[in-house]
Amino acid sequence: MAKITIEDLKKIKEKVQAETSLREGGKRVKVTVHMGTCGIASGAKTVMDALMDEIGASGATDIIVTTSGCMGLCSREPLVTVEILGQEPIKYEYMTPNKMRQVFKRHILAGEIQTPFVLARGTEEQK
Amino acid sequence: MQELALHIVDIGENSIRAEAANIWILIDEDDAQDRIAIEIRDDGVGMDEETLERALDPFYTTKKVRRVGLGLPMLKEAARRAGGDLSLISAPSSGTRVRVDFQKSHWDRQPLGDVPGAIMTLVAGNPGINIHYRHECNGKVFKFETADIRDILGDVPLNNAEVLSFIKEYVREGLGEIGSSA
Repeated sequence: MAKITIEDLKKIKEKVQAETSLREGGKRVKVTVHMGTCGIASGAKTVMDALMDEIGASGATDIIVTTSGCMGLCSREPLVTVEILGQEPIKYEYMTPNKMRQVFKRHILAGEIQTPFVLARGTEEQK
Repeated sequence: MQELALHIVDIGENSIRAEAANIWILIDEDDAQDRIAIEIRDDGVGMDEETLERALDPFYTTKKVRRVGLGLPMLKEAARRAGGDLSLISAPSSGTRVRVDFQKSHWDRQPLGDVPGAIMTLVAGNPGINIHYRHECNGKVFKFETADIRDILGDVPLNNAEVLSFIKEYVREGLGEIGSSA
């Protein structure tokens, strides 16, 4: 494999800027992987890795990935919140890399909420 | 936690909650001395003496949503069962320093694991924070600064998916070059 250089980063920048100007910078989906101690210990990072792989493989550019802390539901971790623009957030519980891939393909890309994995709808208070 | 990289994400998240603008992640592998040291330092709000004393108590937390705080105690235990220990230095408004070391060859030492993924995860959740990562392996050094990436990217955000993948691969290659294999 060719060595990764800063030149590659410059290419990414140009590509992203070209795409962004087409879409006027809007993001369609925000995905939050909960990364408290509880989330990390129960596998949140493997969920995060699966999500990043799927985003990379799909070539989607309108998805923003972020992390958050523990919200007090440690026993249901890993938790992932999917927020599609203009819709109420959906919180998924007991996530695994495979469930994440399914949620990515069916919910994030195709808009079908994956009910069996859903913990709650709506936002919680962040403390 | 199954690998040290996960502890790094966890302790890094503490720094973010402490409103840090900068996080230093320093890893030092030394085969001759048979040690691995990890230091995570921030310029966040810090802790007063009383909080500092209780920070390593698993039944102490500053959060309201639950009654335990396991991040630091688990890291301390991970070190103690692998011939090492954890030290914690902090003062109000002068940040916090967590330093932990291990006997590298110890049976019970957790592997370093996916450090590139850990760095990527911290950047993904907190693109505005400066991460200063320095990894030394038997005298060879790899450095990674989010500020450098930000300079090149201009108005492209650090948490763009392609940029995050770049960061992960860039760190992975850098660690390969210095021969980190813990």
